[in-house]
Amino acid sequence: MSTPFLALSRAILRGFLRDRSAVFFALVFPLMFLVLFGGLFADQSVGKVDMIVVGDVSLIDDQPEGADATFDATFDVTRSDDLADAIDQVRKGDADVAVEQQGDTVVAHYTQTDPARAGITAGALQALVDGTNLAVTGEPPTYALETRSVEDESLDAIQYYTPGLLGWAVAMSAAFGAAATLQGWRQSKLLRRLQLAPVSTRTVVGARVSVTVAVAIVQLAIFVGIGALFFDLTLSGAWWMSVPLIVVGTLCFMSIGLLAGAITKTQEGATNAANFMVLPMAFLSGSFFPLEGAPQWLRSVANVLPLKHLNDGMLDVMVRGEPWTAGLVPMGFLAVFAIVVTLVAARLFRWETA
Amino acid sequence: MSAAIEVVDLTMTYGDLRAVDGVSLSVAEGEFVGILGPNGAGKTTLLEMIEGLRRPVAGSATVLGLPAWPRNPALLPRIGVQLQASSFFDRLTAREQIHTFAALYGVSARRADEWLERVGLTEKADSRVEDLSGGQAQRLSIACALVHDPEVVFLDEPTAALDPQARRNLWELLSGLNDSGRTVVLTTHYMDEAEALCDRVAIMDHGQVLVVDTPAALVQGLDAPTRITLADGEVISTREPAAEIARLAGEGRLDHLQVQTGTLEDVFLSLTGREYRA
Ligand SMILES: Nc1ncnc2c1ncn2[C@@H]1O[C@H](COP(=O)(O)OP(=O)(O)OP(=O)(O)O)[C@@H](O)[C@H]1O
Ligand SMILES: [Mg+2]
Repeated sequence: MSTPFLALSRAILRGFLRDRSAVFFALVFPLMFLVLFGGLFADQSVGKVDMIVVGDVSLIDDQPEGADATFDATFDVTRSDDLADAIDQVRKGDADVAVEQQGDTVVAHYTQTDPARAGITAGALQALVDGTNLAVTGEPPTYALETRSVEDESLDAIQYYTPGLLGWAVAMSAAFGAAATLQGWRQSKLLRRLQLAPVSTRTVVGARVSVTVAVAIVQLAIFVGIGALFFDLTLSGAWWMSVPLIVVGTLCFMSIGLLAGAITKTQEGATNAANFMVLPMAFLSGSFFPLEGAPQWLRSVANVLPLKHLNDGMLDVMVRGEPWTAGLVPMGFLAVFAIVVTLVAARLFRWETA
Repeated sequence: MSAAIEVVDLTMTYGDLRAVDGVSLSVAEGEFVGILGPNGAGKTTLLEMIEGLRRPVAGSATVLGLPAWPRNPALLPRIGVQLQASSFFDRLTAREQIHTFAALYGVSARRADEWLERVGLTEKADSRVEDLSGGQAQRLSIACALVHDPEVVFLDEPTAALDPQARRNLWELLSGLNDSGRTVVLTTHYMDEAEALCDRVAIMDHGQVLVVDTPAALVQGLDAPTRITLADGEVISTREPAAEIARLAGEGRLDHLQVQTGTLEDVFLSLTGREYRA
């Protein structure tokens, strides 16, 4: 004999595990994206700049001692005598820049197709010209600049996508689970039947929430496990904070699912409504691509979305090396969101579907 | 005997529709009461108010001395309810289903298994509820309603989808329950069922209880002529069946003779008419 809470939890968990499509969308589907993105963007660090040197370019040919090491690290040089052909190659994207020298002026032909690459090319060439000018005057430089990229590790594809896709996966399974359960149980009159059993609403809701939270933690474990095993995911110090974050995030998305279940009349309607809320949110919250390049208004919209805060919090504590306290503000936002939406859903809920 | 169920002036409305309209009814402890009525008469709505599932617009329902509304956790373990639509957990087997309900009432798994046996579902114990036939699901639903041995049992059309064997077996089971002192209230569309099982029958229509009495008293009250059907198909309608049969015996025409007195169905039809209900 087990307690009502355990019996209900077991019944709900079994129902979930036997629902192939629910398991697919909670685990397999997001994992497919993880493998896809993790593999696709694995080596997307910006490589060397392909440079075609047309004719004699003394700036490059007669570099001062020690400067050529930096130069070689930045540029891949091929030589050509045909300017038109070199420019054509740049235009087609086969090379990044064609360089020729006219008197004391170095002319660089490059394309803006890839703004990041164009910036690197122009910057590197400018640095080369400045450095050479300085060397020619013989004066030691007054200021020195040393650059260190802070993001080279944290924005590695897998580092970025594991927390983001995990946030999406948790959001989906929590919202869908709550929406489908509420609708399904209402349709089948199981809610009414449970009302007749001597168990409190707290026990029923508690069992449902526990199962979803447990599923979310399994999702976390599987994501981190696969990321670490196959894609060199490395977690930063306060990663354990992702567990409470996921728990509060789950509650928040369950509330969204409850809302979807309360405002719809059928089970399909409920899952569609949940989908309608979660999928656009996943795009706007950076689950599929970073939002850095997005226009300001879009980022303002994203800032009111719970998934954005979940993703941010997860990125901070899992891979950006922020202290555990970085998870507190997102957790607060998610908790308040969950409470407000649950209250709205409770007001809109009707026992009768008619 | 004290009243197991006391219903006073119970009313439920849906918009303009008075689904249950001022019903009063008293059921004694250990009594077996049937509620009959055409589709939409208000039987289910009445039961759901007595079970505490719906809040009445007016009136009151008391079960075992306790008010049915609001939901009273002290009362719930003492009543057993089979809803008209079967209500199960998705994708669980019959056994898992009844084990879950048993656990909600603090009943052991072994006793739950006994109930599967009593409704003849042992062979289907490992089938998912989605794969049960209508009648099997109905039997599981009844077993889930009775698993905690409630004092008062509410069954909403329990035999609706059952084959004749299952129906007779269920009758036996319900009679047994009733004999052991349980109070049973059921709704049904089968007059033979009501006659066979019920101490008293309430006939409802348009949200109101038209009559409540023993099946025998209702048939007597109908004062319908007895119909005698002869082997050659001739039908004799008479108010003095004894004299008529004596006359037929004298003529040697008793072979294959059928005597039909008024039935509960006649009572039902005479009270509720022959029109279809919306
Ligand atoms: N949730 C509801 N909303 C609006 N009307 C309802 C609702 N439930 C029942 N009704 C109406 O109330 C009336 C009584 O319904 P009820 O289900 O009690 O009938 P019933 O006697 O159980 O019928 P049946 O024999 O078909 O089961 C019907 O006219 C029905 O249409
Ligand atoms: Mg009914």
